[in-house]
Amino acid sequence: MTMRDTDWDGVRLHVVTGKGGTGKTTVSAALALALARIGRRVLLIEVEGRQGIARLFDCPPLPYEERKVALGLGAQGAEGGDVYALALDPEGALLDYLEMFYNMRRAGRTLTRLGVVDFATTIAPGLADVLVTGKATEATRRRVAGRSSGHLYHAVVMDAPPTGRIGRFLDVSTEVSGLAKVGPIKTHADTVARVIRSPQTVVHFVTTLEEMPVQETLDGIAQLREQTEGAIRPGGIVINMARPAMLDAADLIAAASGSLDAAELVLGLKAAGISDDHGLAADLMTELKEHAQQVALQNRERDELLTAGLPHYELPMIPDGIDLAGLYQLAAKLREQGAA
Amino acid sequence: MGAPKLDMDRIIDDRRTRIIVCCGSGGVGKTTAAAAIGLRAAERGRQACVLTVDPARRLAQSMGLTHLDNTPRLVDGVDTSGGGSLYAMMLDMKRTFDEIVEAHADPDRAAQILANPFYQSLSSSFAGTQEYMAMEKLGQLRHADEWDLIVVDTPPSRSALDFLDAPQRLGRFLDGRLIRLLTIPAKAGMSYMKVLNAGFSMMTGALTKILGAQVLKDASTFVTALDTMFGGFRERAEWTYRLLQAPGTAFLVVAAPEPDALREASYFVERLDAERMPLAGLILNRVHVSSAGRLSAARSLAAAETLDTYDRPDSGNGGNGPKGAKGAGPRYSLAAAVLRMHAERMNLGKRERRLAEHFTSAHPAIPVAEVVAQPEDVHDLDGLRVIGTCLSRQNP
Repeated sequence: MTMRDTDWDGVRLHVVTGKGGTGKTTVSAALALALARIGRRVLLIEVEGRQGIARLFDCPPLPYEERKVALGLGAQGAEGGDVYALALDPEGALLDYLEMFYNMRRAGRTLTRLGVVDFATTIAPGLADVLVTGKATEATRRRVAGRSSGHLYHAVVMDAPPTGRIGRFLDVSTEVSGLAKVGPIKTHADTVARVIRSPQTVVHFVTTLEEMPVQETLDGIAQLREQTEGAIRPGGIVINMARPAMLDAADLIAAASGSLDAAELVLGLKAAGISDDHGLAADLMTELKEHAQQVALQNRERDELLTAGLPHYELPMIPDGIDLAGLYQLAAKLREQGAA
Repeated sequence: MGAPKLDMDRIIDDRRTRIIVCCGSGGVGKTTAAAAIGLRAAERGRQACVLTVDPARRLAQSMGLTHLDNTPRLVDGVDTSGGGSLYAMMLDMKRTFDEIVEAHADPDRAAQILANPFYQSLSSSFAGTQEYMAMEKLGQLRHADEWDLIVVDTPPSRSALDFLDAPQRLGRFLDGRLIRLLTIPAKAGMSYMKVLNAGFSMMTGALTKILGAQVLKDASTFVTALDTMFGGFRERAEWTYRLLQAPGTAFLVVAAPEPDALREASYFVERLDAERMPLAGLILNRVHVSSAGRLSAARSLAAAETLDTYDRPDSGNGGNGPKGAKGAGPRYSLAAAVLRMHAERMNLGKRERRLAEHFTSAHPAIPVAEVVAQPEDVHDLDGLRVIGTCLSRQNP
């Protein structure tokens, strides 16, 4: 099998963030499908307990368990590898942690009853985050049982919290140091941080070509670079739900400024057998002007995004809503553009 | 669409309306809706205050909000000829929390709490704190009684419901068994060991193991200190909760015509009903309509295809093209592109309508107001006025 280099060769943990409403979960899922080439196993993790993955893959709500949800995108119509999914929550991650490190699953249950979960999610600084990111890094590092070489998952894709919270979410060591300067949770956080701050991990930003998401993306990238002094690496920018321009650039500019000649349109309509009743052509011209303004806005926002100097990928709007077929379509687009 | 129309002007003109809460999932235009409603109310004679949590930079600037200062500021450029005014503020959740602590504890204890690492992260970074503080601030503004209408935009929670739980969540936590466990050492010193059974000491043992002894001690100090203010917290939370249920409050659920946003909106409507919160209606934001709606998508596409055949050089005059079509390619290609663009817009509108109908068939009694998608983002008062007008002109 010959393999074209992708932009992220060597990256094993893909953290995907973005402003709410930009399609973070969809892009994460598409990326997982794209990464799961033949013979590879990819784990898709969601952390916010919304069961967005189950909905996308049209399967029953995911338990706290790694389950196969789909086949990856194969090459030229062939089957791909396997995509597994896991819906993480702090409670499950805490029980896991207790079991893994202390063999204390039962004690963990008692802790849950006593309100330790409330404690973790409400008050203990960074505890929930370190448990959740801890689980993701553990899966990233996991080896195939009984063999010293080979990771169980070729890559892990994490549908992470939104842009506003991502820096803090990933910067677990610093977060937890407010809680504990020494002790087991601090040690755990340091292990997690080593993976997150290694070249194995990148953070991708999902955005639409609208003002607020773009601004938030640029702020998020700057913040991540600043806050972690470059230790946590920004990955690519995924422009989602882009609406294609339907006219050539010159016509669009003319349309936006209102200088496009309506006579051409009237003639064209007439030739197609559509009569210009009640000023139909004028109404279409108004619509065209709005379209042109929107395209111009998108172009401005795209230029703005490029100032971040990161690789970027563009995904089209899937007009009928995202289903499994739509996901594979997006996965193919990501792969075409070198994201996976 | 069968849903009743939401009459926004009736709500803002009714002097009995004292609080309007805009809620909905992230990215649907909640803040813009809240600001537009506040502006319209002010220009119709209300003393309005917009409390916003996380506005877009340019939207904040349009209201003169350049930094967080936790106090409502007068917005310039508002038409005050009707006797109204508009104030706006951005929430500073840490400051709000600090103020509660200072108000409820004696200075020594307050200083102790403010310096505790648990308090510092609870007050500045926790999901849930923002919701709780937004509700707290709303309570304060309402209590101050300087404004006769407060419009609040809820925090961008991962779930639009979080803010409803926030007032009780902290209370529930402080009331919990873990807290009692953690407060024992501080209350009783070392003697607590004697009264604890084996199960309890196993628990503290486990906690120490997971968190470390210092953490346990900090946590214990923190909750003990907080414990003394607990009565105050709970009282305020309950007061705010009752305020939200009162008839002077109007909840507006904001959604974009997309599956996720509408699913969340549905859930929200049901939840508000279960909590007996007064729901005024749904704002369906960024709806695509066409002024050329009389030309259907199907006809438009068919026409575009017809024009394509005329444009093909080999079809010349010999085919079904009209006379003179040859060489007129570019002209027809413009019309064809416009027709395709129109078809896409019609299809998008149709899909949005279908989604909206799903919502209204499940909630037929909820009044709906639609706001047409604007070609560009809103970042000045004029833009907000356009949205406000849109909201109020729901009858064709």
